[in-house]
Amino acid sequence: MTEIIASLPPGSILILGGLLVPLVRGRLQQVWLLALPVVSFLHLLSFPDGYLLQVHLFDYELTPIRIDRLSLVWGYIYHLAAFLTVIYSLHVRDGVQNVSGITYVGAAIAAVFAGDLITLFVFWELTAVTSVFLIWASRTERSYRAGMRYLIIQVGSGVLLLAGTVIHLQQTGSLAFGHLGLGTLGTNLIFLAFGIKCAFPLLHNWLQDSYPEATVTGTVFLSAFTTKLAVYALARGFAGTEMLIWIGVTMTAFPIFYAVIENDLRRVLSYSLNNQLGFMVVGIGIGTELSLNGTAAHAFCHILYKALLFMSMGAVLYRTGTVKGSELGGLYRSMPLTAVFCIVGAASISAFPLFSGFISKSLIITATADGHYVVAFVVLLFASAGVVEHAGIKVPYFSFFSHDSGIRCKEAPPHMLLAMGLTAFLCVGIGIFPQPLYRILPYPVDYQPYTATHVITQLQLLLFFAFCFGLMNLMRLYPPELRSTNLDSDWIYRRALPAAANAVLRVARFFRVRAVDRLELNITRFVRGVYRAHGPEGLWARTWSTGNTVLWVAIILAAYLLIYYL
Amino acid sequence: MTTGTNKRGLDSPRTGRIVFWWLGGICALLALADLFVHKHVHFGFEGWFTFYGVFGFLSCFVLVMAARGLRKLVMRDEDYYDRDYR
Repeated sequence: MTEIIASLPPGSILILGGLLVPLVRGRLQQVWLLALPVVSFLHLLSFPDGYLLQVHLFDYELTPIRIDRLSLVWGYIYHLAAFLTVIYSLHVRDGVQNVSGITYVGAAIAAVFAGDLITLFVFWELTAVTSVFLIWASRTERSYRAGMRYLIIQVGSGVLLLAGTVIHLQQTGSLAFGHLGLGTLGTNLIFLAFGIKCAFPLLHNWLQDSYPEATVTGTVFLSAFTTKLAVYALARGFAGTEMLIWIGVTMTAFPIFYAVIENDLRRVLSYSLNNQLGFMVVGIGIGTELSLNGTAAHAFCHILYKALLFMSMGAVLYRTGTVKGSELGGLYRSMPLTAVFCIVGAASISAFPLFSGFISKSLIITATADGHYVVAFVVLLFASAGVVEHAGIKVPYFSFFSHDSGIRCKEAPPHMLLAMGLTAFLCVGIGIFPQPLYRILPYPVDYQPYTATHVITQLQLLLFFAFCFGLMNLMRLYPPELRSTNLDSDWIYRRALPAAANAVLRVARFFRVRAVDRLELNITRFVRGVYRAHGPEGLWARTWSTGNTVLWVAIILAAYLLIYYL
Repeated sequence: MTTGTNKRGLDSPRTGRIVFWWLGGICALLALADLFVHKHVHFGFEGWFTFYGVFGFLSCFVLVMAARGLRKLVMRDEDYYDRDYR
């Protein structure tokens, strides 16, 4: 028995246990859901550091389990996030959501501990297939369509991964998922697959398209796992790829402009998520021990504060039925605790001193400065300040303060408050005591976040920014929240490509009509010709009299004799 | 509690102005702190007086103005994508 458990990849307990969720009902189901992440975490701890499980399948060597310091960071935070999200979603009676949430987490964890590309592919696709139900569970036409687009793109990413893997196998004979690096067709395809899931610029829009359409709890689940799995995969396979610095820098900068004008606050948070991924990608691109530590630490902190922000907006959605900035305001009266937790999340993502973002993002920015990437450094600084605007100010300000919208509702239910409270506690705890987090990072950390320079410069950056926001708000320069849709790269496949396809179809239809007309004409002519020859009056359809026939036979015979003699 | 704009609440314009001026005061103090703390920096420009403050202020201005421009370019009706499906 112990051997079987030892050969089960971490996370598989969540997958198997998740499938059994519908068999238990009521309170027992809640206990079951809470127990699964705990048991799975203990299962993970039972593996020693450096553990490898290798099996032979046909001629290939697979490594379904690889435990090392890099994968462990993700293993820890995934379990923690799963536990907190399960607490947050204890009110959910919808079996579809409960099964899909837990199996999705399990698939993501198993993918992180995959030591070969085939195992990675299997769980990569499983995260896509299990998580789409969290979007569909909203059970609206919008969510159905958004979920479909999400599924197509996610599965497409998996297909690219598989194609890249097969080509890589042919070129190198290896399936190992270690450092890959760009350069060959196989690894380039794998890079693209990771890039789609990591929401690289122009490949990003599935994220902002689908996450805000998921259920209240579904978005909290989604925010933690898929994109961070891609960050892990990039850190494992493409650390030190310089192109990633520029991709990451772009990712940090452009979503914040959209975040300013977006009205759906969960979509604002999705843009913000995209921006935070950019910091992690920059860390991977630099590829030093400091920067990779930064990426891992930032992924860890980010999962917590982003979940906290999505939880608070989820609670607002749950109680008021909307998260549109244009409809909300003054909710601090009805939901004071949720407001406080939201502000803690906002302070953490803004990297305020004493909050978690401060001690993780600075690792990456310092690594950028150490590498003398001046342009990247300045853009990251701009993007760090930009985070204050959308996630730090906009989300809490427009929902809980701003102006009194007149909405009066109940405070979030106790289990949601508990989940938010625990997450907020961790955000502050990590911010004040970063050492425990630093100790689990892949490489030894020699970094002190709390220096006078760092605290003062960071406070200047954030507070002057906030002051400018206040000024622009007073001067009515700040764009008001408006009910709107903002076009982003999804416009290409939701509007431009269908329109182009329609145009092609119209042209094709025109030519088809002409071609069919021409064909009909020709067929008519042919039939007429045949009719003339073989019809009732036709030459070849006449019945010949016996005399005629005998005459013709005599002529042919005579001709034959003549030719014979000659 | 009645609905409508509250004169005294945390969401009243008055509170907004109070917070704003407090923020201004703190920013001034932070700028002063620059004079007394020797900054350990990577790049020369970081050492300029209140570089981070000015950078933060300008970032906000540029970001918001650019976003207003972006809105002109990309903003559509809320049901833009739903219209086909009706």
